[in-house]
Amino acid sequence: MNPIEEDHTMNYIFLLYGDEANDPDPQADPEAFAAMMAPWEEYTRALTEAGVMRGGDALQPSTTATVVTRRDGRVLHTDGPFAASKEQLGGYYLVACDNLDEALKWAAKCPAAADGRVEVRPIAEMEF
Amino acid sequence: MSADPREGRIGGDGQTSARRDPVADRVAALHRAHYGALVAPLVRMLENFAAAEDVAQETFARALVAWRRDGLPDQPRAWLFRTAKNHALDRRRRAGRWRAREAALRGSADAQRDVAGADDFWGRADDDALRLIFTCCHPSLSEEARVALTLRTVCGLTSEQVARAFLIQTGTLRQRLVRAQRKIDAAKIPYVVPGDSDLSERTSAVLRTVYLLFNEGYARPGDPEARRLCEEAIRLGRRLIALLPGPSGAEGLLALLLLQHARYEARAAAGGELVTLEAQDRTLWDRVAIDEARPLVEVALRARPPLPFAIEAAIAALHAHATRPEDTDWPQIAALYAVLAVDGNPVVALNHAIAVAMAGDVAGGLARLEQLAPQLPHYHLLPAARADLWRRQGAPEKARRAYREALALAPDGPDRRFLERRLRALGPDPEEKWEKDLRAVDETGARSSSR
Repeated sequence: MNPIEEDHTMNYIFLLYGDEANDPDPQADPEAFAAMMAPWEEYTRALTEAGVMRGGDALQPSTTATVVTRRDGRVLHTDGPFAASKEQLGGYYLVACDNLDEALKWAAKCPAAADGRVEVRPIAEMEF
Repeated sequence: MSADPREGRIGGDGQTSARRDPVADRVAALHRAHYGALVAPLVRMLENFAAAEDVAQETFARALVAWRRDGLPDQPRAWLFRTAKNHALDRRRRAGRWRAREAALRGSADAQRDVAGADDFWGRADDDALRLIFTCCHPSLSEEARVALTLRTVCGLTSEQVARAFLIQTGTLRQRLVRAQRKIDAAKIPYVVPGDSDLSERTSAVLRTVYLLFNEGYARPGDPEARRLCEEAIRLGRRLIALLPGPSGAEGLLALLLLQHARYEARAAAGGELVTLEAQDRTLWDRVAIDEARPLVEVALRARPPLPFAIEAAIAALHAHATRPEDTDWPQIAALYAVLAVDGNPVVALNHAIAVAMAGDVAGGLARLEQLAPQLPHYHLLPAARADLWRRQGAPEKARRAYREALALAPDGPDRRFLERRLRALGPDPEEKWEKDLRAVDETGARSSSR
């Protein structure tokens, strides 16, 4: 980047939702798992090569989740996500794009868009 | 954007003050004509949608104060643009003050951008107008937000006018607008005309918005606020044709709107009651609008494949060109509906079935209606269509049964009253009369036995 120019990009998070029941088990079916992973690897590579990738992770299944709440000083732990919805949050990408249109184009190419959905949210810029 | 308390005075249609106020009238007219043209370059300069609207509104408020005090300037429009530009530059300097030192150290990149933005404030009016339309109709905004933003910002209606047209509270509408503006700025919806690869998809979002806006008005014939929506939609359609390169799909949309709006007086004459095409007084149809639509339909039908709006416009044109209902070219209309029905919309298929029957194949039309029943189980117009075909066939029993089915599903309103009128027009139900006679006999029997 030219040091004189400001960075006009904006950070967006892609929240990836899908039905995790469809995900093949890496131990039980390594071939199916590899086949599932291939488009993800390709997509991550494309984001990186385009210079928009700022981070991202896949999450363990929602069955591993614990929900924590604190009300009136009392901490409560409950198992799993709130709603027994068909689609669960399965991962995220953090990308830097010039504007929403560019972010939406990248989101459309994400494998999750094909069998689940991608929620695109701008990151709030806090000034401390 | 802050809710602007001055708006009521600026665009209040003279309702807020009984006395004539020529300055306020003039400002209202300028607001209407130039609001969008003023906002558009401001968005470019300020790179912020909400701030641009703020400056534009402030400009009109200042005009009202200054012109009442000093009289109208020689060139009011130029006054507005100059004031808005200066206000925006001030605002940007103030907002950018914390960056000023940095900018000076870095060779004043910001200051240079300042000058660039201000210099061609006038220069890109058409491009700016298109950017504004595409931004207000961005697919990431809800459809209701798109419609509200388009009317408020592109068409220059006041919030009060838009709220009245949609029969909602002004406060509700303002919230909707503020939310949409915040989204544009926070999510960084770009202020651009989309590139070639996205242009047709994004254009269809714009056309759909204009169509929704029209329909909102079309649904309430005889209401002047609703009529304004139809006229706004037509005005937007004309502008889109002028602004978009080449045949864009706007031709078919505008033709459709013109042809539907041409029947406004004939529909309004019924005083809010449903009046079928067949029953309309065709001398009330607006021939000027119908003539304006004719060449547009031709252009729109040349697209490969023609867009749905173009085909709908062609159907509307066939109705418009029939001097009497019996002159309607139903075979041609049925053929056009067949093309439209390919995408599987059951309401279109319903219209196709009616056209098939009207073209002469009544049995075929009824069979098609029968097939649609599982897809439209609660749609009152399906049994209503069957009823109408039986009525035309001279089968009042079957018609009566179908009208009752339709009435069991129809919501209160013009459709329901229409169905009730049709049912009554079939005359007394012989079966019902027979039942009544039977009850009378029963009752006399009961009375005599109890004696």
